[in-house]
Amino acid sequence: MKLRSDLSRVLGLGSAHAGVHHWWHQRLSAIAIIPLALWFVTALLGHMHDDYIDLKTWIQSPFVTVLLVSLLAAMFYHAKLGLQVVIEDYVHVEIVKVLALAAMKLGCVFGALLGIVSVLKLSFGM
Amino acid sequence: MAQFKLPANSRVTDGKTYGNVSGAKRAKTFRIYRWDPDTGENPRIDTYVIDLDKCGPMVLDAILYIKNEIDPTLTFRRSCREGICGSCAMNIDGTNTLACTKATTAVNGEVKIYPLPHMPVLKDLVPDLTHFYAQYASIKPWLQSQTPAPPDKERLQSVEDREKLDGLYECILCACCSTSCPSYWWNGDRYLGPAALLQAYRWLADSRDEATGERLDHLEDPFRLYRCHTIMNCAKTCPKGLNPAKAIAEIKKMMVSRTL
Repeated sequence: MKLRSDLSRVLGLGSAHAGVHHWWHQRLSAIAIIPLALWFVTALLGHMHDDYIDLKTWIQSPFVTVLLVSLLAAMFYHAKLGLQVVIEDYVHVEIVKVLALAAMKLGCVFGALLGIVSVLKLSFGM
Repeated sequence: MAQFKLPANSRVTDGKTYGNVSGAKRAKTFRIYRWDPDTGENPRIDTYVIDLDKCGPMVLDAILYIKNEIDPTLTFRRSCREGICGSCAMNIDGTNTLACTKATTAVNGEVKIYPLPHMPVLKDLVPDLTHFYAQYASIKPWLQSQTPAPPDKERLQSVEDREKLDGLYECILCACCSTSCPSYWWNGDRYLGPAALLQAYRWLADSRDEATGERLDHLEDPFRLYRCHTIMNCAKTCPKGLNPAKAIAEIKKMMVSRTL
């Protein structure tokens, strides 16, 4: 290993030809979350005193359903992209890194699905 | 996995104190990191008290005075003494900078001097920059062109295109920026760091270069380029006043441009 040239060590396995979409999507999802989160907080404040039926009726509006699903999707996608960077930055034991990345991605998919299915369930009145 | 204390043989101890400056009007204390690979001892901080009236105004003048007059074993790199060679880059008063352009009086109280952070130390204030230079070599820092140069004159460049290299060509590769970057500390084996990336952008921005696509291909990697999280330590510490973070942002913009 030590006999490898310094340049060879730097070049390593070569470029992964990846990273552009991750970087671009992280910014796009961040921008998407700003209006969605503002709408969500404002709307929730307006429905603070609603009972279950009123809130369900509100969620059943197609506009609200789509916005809630969009917020959940953008939020969990952004979380996945951000957490991936944190793990890649700080976890240096290869096997732990791979497992942490896999667990984190599955967790984000599960969280997003759980949220979206819950909204849809309420929205479709099941 | 996480290590919260330095290994036993890396812990810094208190060293010797040198200097008798009784009667000096401008006495100044320098606390300098020392480590000699030949002794097997731990690193230590030696203290030197000198009379600033006996040496020049810069930190480099002071440590040259210490080496010449007090302790010839003090080891550091230096060459041009005017901020153009980058040899005397070190951590002074908590900031990476060039000892030759840092005025001693700009430091309040004791002047603490360490080698550039997070690099293997060869001796005292001399870091091992082998990997840093190999990273620079990896970006192929020379003009690449398929079009032959005109036989009777140089390759032409407009004034406007030449101006795009301002803020880039001035980099002296002192490594102050890369060694101040936390991303480079944690992932310096794969992340190219601000200095190499600024140099990469210097060739991406050059209107005469014809290898832009290949250069971007080489950088398109989650570790080589995208470990930059815009922490901005690089721009803050650069002794030449350059902004490597901006150059990196420009590379990221180029990467997106070619996908849209």
